[in-house]
Amino acid sequence: MDSPFGQHFLGIEGLSSHHIGMLLDRAENYALLNRSRKTPRTLLRERTLITLFFENSTRTRTSFELAGKRLGADVINMSVSTSSVSKGETLLDTAYTLNAMRADLLVIRHAHSGAPALLAQKVDASVINAGDGTHEHPTQALLDALTIRRHYGKLSGLTVAICGDILHSRVARSNILLLNTMGCKVRLIGPPTLLPKAIEKMGASIYYSMDEGVENVDVIMMLRMQKERMRAGLVPSSREYFRFYGLDRRRLNMAKPGALVMHPGPLNRGVEIDSHVADDPYQSVIQEQVEMGVAVRMAVLEKFSHIKAQP
Amino acid sequence: MKPLLFENVRLIDPKSNIDQLGRLLVQEGKIVGTDLPNAEGKPDECDIINGQECVLCPGLVDMRVTVGEPGFEYRETINTAASAAAAGGITTLAILPNSMPAIDNPALVTLLKTKGDHTRSVTILPYGALTVGCEGKEMAEIGLLKEAGAIAFTDGNKALADTRLMMQTMSYAHGYDCLIVQHPEDPALAYKGSATQGELSTRLGLPSIPAAAEAIMIARDLKLAEITKCRLHFGHVSTAEGLELIRQAKEKGLLISCDTAPVYFDLNEDAIGDFRTYAKLSPPLRSEADRIAVCQALADKTIDAIASDHFPRDVDDKRLPFAEAAAGGTGLVTLLSVTLTRVKDGTLSLMEAISFLTYRPSHLLGQPCGTLAKGADADLCLFDPTATWQVVAGHLPGLAQNTPFDNRILPGVVLGTWKRGRKTFFREIL
Repeated sequence: MDSPFGQHFLGIEGLSSHHIGMLLDRAENYALLNRSRKTPRTLLRERTLITLFFENSTRTRTSFELAGKRLGADVINMSVSTSSVSKGETLLDTAYTLNAMRADLLVIRHAHSGAPALLAQKVDASVINAGDGTHEHPTQALLDALTIRRHYGKLSGLTVAICGDILHSRVARSNILLLNTMGCKVRLIGPPTLLPKAIEKMGASIYYSMDEGVENVDVIMMLRMQKERMRAGLVPSSREYFRFYGLDRRRLNMAKPGALVMHPGPLNRGVEIDSHVADDPYQSVIQEQVEMGVAVRMAVLEKFSHIKAQP
Repeated sequence: MKPLLFENVRLIDPKSNIDQLGRLLVQEGKIVGTDLPNAEGKPDECDIINGQECVLCPGLVDMRVTVGEPGFEYRETINTAASAAAAGGITTLAILPNSMPAIDNPALVTLLKTKGDHTRSVTILPYGALTVGCEGKEMAEIGLLKEAGAIAFTDGNKALADTRLMMQTMSYAHGYDCLIVQHPEDPALAYKGSATQGELSTRLGLPSIPAAAEAIMIARDLKLAEITKCRLHFGHVSTAEGLELIRQAKEKGLLISCDTAPVYFDLNEDAIGDFRTYAKLSPPLRSEADRIAVCQALADKTIDAIASDHFPRDVDDKRLPFAEAAAGGTGLVTLLSVTLTRVKDGTLSLMEAISFLTYRPSHLLGQPCGTLAKGADADLCLFDPTATWQVVAGHLPGLAQNTPFDNRILPGVVLGTWKRGRKTFFREIL
């Protein structure tokens, strides 16, 4: 069977709304199956999935591992600290080695933008990008979209504010691409030092004032503010950051009533988000995002695993 | 408080371009209005001051002042600076943040403002530190400082040398629509220098600073302003090259402004003479060609404001070999008079000179002061533009006496100063 999807899943860039819709529909289905514990465990039988994480991650790696196992794949986790990479092996040599072992799916996270694309040129397996540098994190954008769609029943016409460290965020870039493709309006909120040059050209409006930026939005996506950014001189202190860019009840009330609060995790409570808002039982969908993450990754593994049929 | 009526005064208000004989009425600390000299009618009970056709203008707004407080109270306190300011016709002081501790904390901004209010004779507009401790290493809490009332951000008499940090800080400050004030001098070139590089510094054998240290820093920062869109102001600009760069940038439409200090349009490096440490300033006094360029830049309005650049020093800071002596000169008491020398020599009109000291700086800092408009605070300065006085170090109002204008005879005698309608200085010759 020919799939409309290519061999690799490197980013949202290039995906049509039709493709995104297909992935979301499939993931929605898996979300239900996950809850009833009736996932098709034969779908990826005899397939090998290797997760290759050059950066620390708990939730994404676990999420991919669960997704693979719930579809019946053999899942191997390669963590860099115990691998030959720490002995000085280059990325491509690692790739050749894994290729020789006949892996079917390679899920990779790397600190440098473009690493999965480089890998994709050299291996027969399907390469799934689990986050590369500050470039893309496509499965995060999909799970965010699925979470929003489940609440609003649609994506088109919604206004989504993404707030925080856009400069270092692959999540923001993938979300901007996806939300634009699906007909959302995207607002980016942050101090100028955390907004990369010309980001508005990707299809977003820029707000330096969070009060203005969250006004009347349907969704507020907060990004993690890392302490290292303050040491790098981009923001003076966490108390100033929270004062001007932290999501608290007052700011949430400026958004549309019932607006969703999202966060890709891990949270920095009291830096970018107030605990009362993060734990709000009605508006915070942060836990649901994690749940949808597994479903979305199952859909992705399914759609991108077809090409390398076993001989 | 009884209403206060000024009669027979020459009203000069640069904001509304008024220069006429007339009257001005003050009630409850506010300006009620002005009218013509022969107008009838006045409140039943009021104090009357006959100005004898002397000039009544808005209280001066000095946008670049160092006081010793907090940290160097032996040089000058806010109270002594306020009394010197009142004697100079000044009612608003913008205070630089490189004190000890530096004004890099919102609580200190509030403290300075409150201390100013307690003097009842000046309004203090605090600058916030641009970097923590004014040390040029980490960005200060610009957003919180602005919220507390910091009017603009600067490291005072230190340039922020790290280009990357300067760019990030300007970019960040732009998000809060802040003004950044730079001390335009490349610190590496200025390191340990005490006079402008040239014949005089060579003859005297003084470690020197090339005049280009200013233009180099200005050129860099203009580029950064273009990239970050941040509003940028250069303090005490003093060279022809630096001013030419600013002139060109303004023609290009960049949001750039600058001020200079009386020392740079009235004195040149010859004032150093036989190692006079009271003429040791930062930036150092320049060549005569640079001084003339500053006058021209005043005339063509490349310069936006005149500030005293008041920098109090103790005698022990100054009674040292020239290279070791501390830089800086007082300027509050002489601000108006030295500026009036440029009226006398025809560089500026009286209206322009007063504008450089009132409306132009207040407008730059986004403050409502510096005007005689109806409803404004009655911050007023009454002075005789024709009378003269002699500067005598040791007998000047205020604590610090390190004036570079010692023994000079200057035009313009301040007769009285009022803060919100309250008399803060008065000379009994009326």
